[in-house]
Parts: sequence; structure tokens; C-alpha cells
Amino acid sequence: MAWEQVVFQYDGTFDGFLCCVFDSYVHKEFPIAFYSDEEGCVLSFYSVRTVNTVAEHAQRVYRSLVKVSPAAAQLLRKAFLTCLEDKELHLYAFIRKLYREGAAFLKNQADEVYHPVAKAVRHMNGEVEKLRGFVRFSDYSGVLGAEIEPKNRVLPLLRHHFCSRYANESLFIYDRTHKELLLYAKGRSRIIPVDSLQLSLPGEEEVHYRALWKRFYETIAIKERTNPRCQNSFLPKRYRGTMTEFLPTEHEKEGQLPVGADVPRIS
Amino acid sequence: MELLDKLTILSDAAKYDAACTSSGVRRGFQPGKIGNTTSSIAGCCHSFSADGRCITLLKVLMTNCCVYDCKYCVNRRSNDTRRAAFTPKELAELTIQFYRRNYIEGLFLSSGVLRSPDYTMEQMIHALRILRQDYGFNGYIHAKAIPGSAPELVQQLGLLADRLSVNIELPSQAGLQMLAPDKTKQAILRPMGQIRDQARQSKAELVKYKHAPVFAPAGQSTQLIVGATRDTDRHILHLTQSLYDQYQLKRVFYSAYVPVVEHSLLPSIDTKPPLLREHRLYQADWLLRFYGFRAEELLDEEHPDFNPLIDPKCNWAIGHLNHFPVEIMRADYETLLRVPGIGPTSAKRIISARRTGTLRFEDLKKLGVVVKRAQFFITCGGRVREGLRFSAATIVRQMEDIERGLLPASQMQQLSLFDPAG
Repeated sequence: MAWEQVVFQYDGTFDGFLCCVFDSYVHKEFPIAFYSDEEGCVLSFYSVRTVNTVAEHAQRVYRSLVKVSPAAAQLLRKAFLTCLEDKELHLYAFIRKLYREGAAFLKNQADEVYHPVAKAVRHMNGEVEKLRGFVRFSDYSGVLGAEIEPKNRVLPLLRHHFCSRYANESLFIYDRTHKELLLYAKGRSRIIPVDSLQLSLPGEEEVHYRALWKRFYETIAIKERTNPRCQNSFLPKRYRGTMTEFLPTEHEKEGQLPVGADVPRIS
Repeated sequence: MELLDKLTILSDAAKYDAACTSSGVRRGFQPGKIGNTTSSIAGCCHSFSADGRCITLLKVLMTNCCVYDCKYCVNRRSNDTRRAAFTPKELAELTIQFYRRNYIEGLFLSSGVLRSPDYTMEQMIHALRILRQDYGFNGYIHAKAIPGSAPELVQQLGLLADRLSVNIELPSQAGLQMLAPDKTKQAILRPMGQIRDQARQSKAELVKYKHAPVFAPAGQSTQLIVGATRDTDRHILHLTQSLYDQYQLKRVFYSAYVPVVEHSLLPSIDTKPPLLREHRLYQADWLLRFYGFRAEELLDEEHPDFNPLIDPKCNWAIGHLNHFPVEIMRADYETLLRVPGIGPTSAKRIISARRTGTLRFEDLKKLGVVVKRAQFFITCGGRVREGLRFSAATIVRQMEDIERGLLPASQMQQLSLFDPAG
């Protein structure tokens, strides 16, 4: 008998998603969609399965995945952080294929189930790579603070890099897109949800170093070689809203929050 | 003089140096020090300036005062320009504060020749020592060895820096004599040889003794100016190859000559920098380092310069059609690498994927192959791509058409609705 098609509602965490997989197999139900917020499934023709996150179920599913392939389990954990559209459906298909056929299909990046997942992870890795360089800290009386606007949930992946680079400092990075805050001090770090973050104005020394950096940035370019197309492809405009060298200095004086550098200004 | 002015003068004077990498060394966090160099194997770009070049390091000169009078250089002594010098403390403070804010991956330190090469090197070593020891800086340092300085000083510099470089600048002895009369080929090549030998020795010692001093762990690089002299691409590429072979350089950088001064021996001041030529040389450089090509395969006496309209790999493939088509399901890694549109990553993916089943042209696209370029040179399961029409006579035109969109805008005729009338 074919499995019934239902909508899964869960809490949006990776463990919660693994519990969906668990429940799907227990109740013989096939997910037609996943929702992690309430509004999503009000207008649905399908019945809704509300999944409670049970640590034991999540662990059981994860262990079973590791048994098939540790690399695939790692990949799933990473892929869950991506901004892939309908990622739960893609990952569900991925898990089913893994249970059915084993991990051999992971050798073929063109595989129709694996390809979208691999592509999303590649996209995220690229973003992480870029952000390692593009994150801009400001010194708020001894604490280093930065804001980012990534497409993927990259904080868990940036955590190790920044916490070991600035091991002697206290720092925070706020992810505006996903409203999460990475905190680090004295060898301990954690990521917590924070709805909004109001930063205090930079001090005199901070303003001084920002000015020095902006000057360096402008001077180092060779005028005769100006090449915006090349610059845009390496440093897409969406990153510039949080980068010191692209932000107007006015906001420091007037106390406004930084605005995106590519937002057209009316004057 | 204000720090802001100094920074402006000394970064402006350093900007023609192309080298800006932070790759080649992994050094973790050390207690009591600031920073690490473990961001990734490939280094880390922190920004991209308006010319599209990456900004990784705080690229500055120690001073732009210089006793030399190299004709092509902005810092030559006969040029009327503002001069400045960092104090070691200023430089260290600036580096640390930029590094803390994640503006940079480390410091790139070069210098004009103040008094003598030895004196200049001593100043640089002094500054780096303060940065490393007093400020505990553990990030990346790229330092220039000044040609003509004593071997002991090069040795000391190498123990402080991650990467060293000596710029050859002019690719031939004749060019050097004409434009940089104060420098000699020997003075440039001697430190390069020394750096190679000491790095090798340091590696050998590290195998035996864990705490042996580390000499320039990220190796050395150099830079060649393209377009200031009449040297051909073939000459430059052969020089590059012998530098990789004989001096184990990590990188050779090319810098399209930007006319900064009027001089009878130099290209006129309104010459545009030969950017496309520089680009083709970089492409060829990659072919040497990652694709197993040799310089003599890419250019010969009849073709001493690259075809600006087609990239060097396609150019080679069109000239060697007897090597093609290559069968995707059977060809070995080295053969796949020689197909235009296939690189090291996609070649490895092909080899892994074809074990699981027959690949189709749609699959190749998913594996990262640039099919529009590769299609002329491959078969998939014995078949050519459906609908593809070409012959040995038309393939050049077809490749040029593909390439055209990639050339800089000035090479194209672009129509615009908003062009000012007249």
C-alpha cells in the first residue's frame, strides 16, 4: 500500500527534522511539504503531522545514517544549514536513497538526488570562504563586534575560525538574516537566537581606524586598471552592506545604523 | 606627518606590487600571541579594490625614499614625489589594529632602498622583530628581500616572515641594463637561490628537530613586469618555467606596466596597461602549475605571443586536433585535464562519477564542465553532442565567439539606449 502524503510541521531544528524522518517511517507517511512556522499549513489539502522533537528519536536516526556512511551524515548536518529551497524535501529524498541504496551514489555529483544538495553545500562553502575575509569587526570598548547578512546559516561554520584567530579577545558576530548571535569569550563560545541588535556608537579610536582602512582601500587601487565587473564578481554587492570600506562615514556622525552600500541614495 | 598621510603615501607607492597572497602556511593559535594563519590552504581575500585585485595583506613600503633610479618606478630618486617612512612602532600598531578588525590577513612589507640595501634590510628586520616579538603577532607576513643585501640579513628576514620575494621586474638582462642600471641579474638571482636552499634546509631540519627555526615556510615568489620592454610572451613564459623548475617558486606574478613617467626608453605615458596580455600570461601560468603543460608546448618560434582572442588552452587544443576527441568514459586524468572546459576539479569528479554509470552531456554540466567549450573536443559514450556542427576550419571562429563575451567591455562594441546623442 502506498504511503499517505502529509504535511510535516516541526520546530525547524536539525534534530526536529530527523524526528520527522523517524515519524515518517513509523506512520508510513510521505512528506509533501515541511513547515516550521504556524501560518504555513493553514491552507492545505493534506493532513498535517505535527512532530515533537524527541532527542532519542533524532539520535536513533542519526546513528543509522552514520552506520550507512559517516560522510553522508556529516553532509546532511551541513546541508541543513544551507538556504536551499525546500531543503527538507531534498534532504528527505537524500536520506531515503541512502537507506535504499547505500552511499555509492555519493560518488556521482551529477546524481539527481545528490546534485541539488551538493550544489547547495558548495554555495554555502563559498559564502563561508568569502565571509572569513569580509567580516568586519569594530572595537566596542574592548569587545570585537561584527554584523553579517549571509544567505546561509554560516555562523556554526565561521565559529571555529574566528574563535581560534581571536582566542585572546571577546567577540560577537550577529547574523541579521537568521537573527542569531555568536558569542565568544575566554575559550567558550555559543550561538543564541536574538531578535534584534542595537549597537552603540563607535568610539574615537574606532572611527580613526575605520578612516585609515578606508583610505588604504582607496589608495591601493590602481586607477588605470579600474574594473568594476571583476570587482563585482569577486565581491558581490550583497556583502558590501556590512563592510567598513563601502559604508558612508556619515552614519558614524549621525548615529544611524549602517545602510546597504548598494541602496540607491536620493539626493 | 600624520599617520593617515604616511599610510596614503606608502600604500600608494606599494600598489604596483602584484603579490598579495596569504597561502602556503598553516600555523595555529599560540597562547599569548595574536592570530593564526590557518584560514584555508588557499589563503583568504579580505576585500577587492576597484581594480578587482584582491586585498589580503596590509601592503605598504617601510619607506619610499630610494637611492636607485629605475626608470619604470614611481619611487626612483629623480621623481619629485612626497617621501615618508613608518617607524617600526607605528607599523606594528597599525598591523595589529587592522588585523583585530579582520581587515587583513597580515602584513606585506617592502621598501625603497634607503642608504644601502643592507641598511634597508636592517630597518625591515627591526620592524618585523618588534611586530613578531613585542606585539606577539602570529599572522601572515610577506617580506621583500632587497636585491644586493648580505646573505645573513636575508636569513634573518626569512626567520621572521612566512613568504619572501625578490622581484625580477624586467624579464631580460637587456631590459635591466636599459631601465634599471643600478640592479644586476646576479644581485637578484643570488638571494633567490639562497632562499631556496635555506627553505630546503629548514624543512629537512624540522623533520629531525621539532623546534628547529622555520625559514619562510610559505616559500618565495617573484614579479615580472609585462609591457615595459619588448620581451615576448614566449620569453616570459620560459623564464617563468625555469623559475618554477630551478628556484621552486610558489608563484610568479605578472604586472601589466602602468606608465607612470615620461621617458624616452619607456612606452609613452598614454599607453594603456596591457591587461589582456597579462591575463593570458596568468592563464598560461596556471597551465604550467596545475595542468601539466610545458612552456614549449604553448608557444614556439613562429608564435612568440599569445592569441589575444582565444585562451592559451583552447589555442593549444585547436593546434593539436589530432589529440581529440577524447572519450569521457575512458580517458585518464592527464588527458581529461587537457580538454578545454575541464579543470582539475571537474576531471576528478568525472573519474569518480563514471564508475557509477554512463555519463551524458547533461551530467557533465552538473559536474562543473564548461560544456560549450569542451563539446568540440569530447565524446560521451562514443557519441558527439547532438546538434553540434563544426570542422577544423570553423572551430577557431566558434571558439572566438564563445570567448568574446568574456573579454573586457572595451574590446566589444556595445549598444546602449541611453548613449548621449551625437
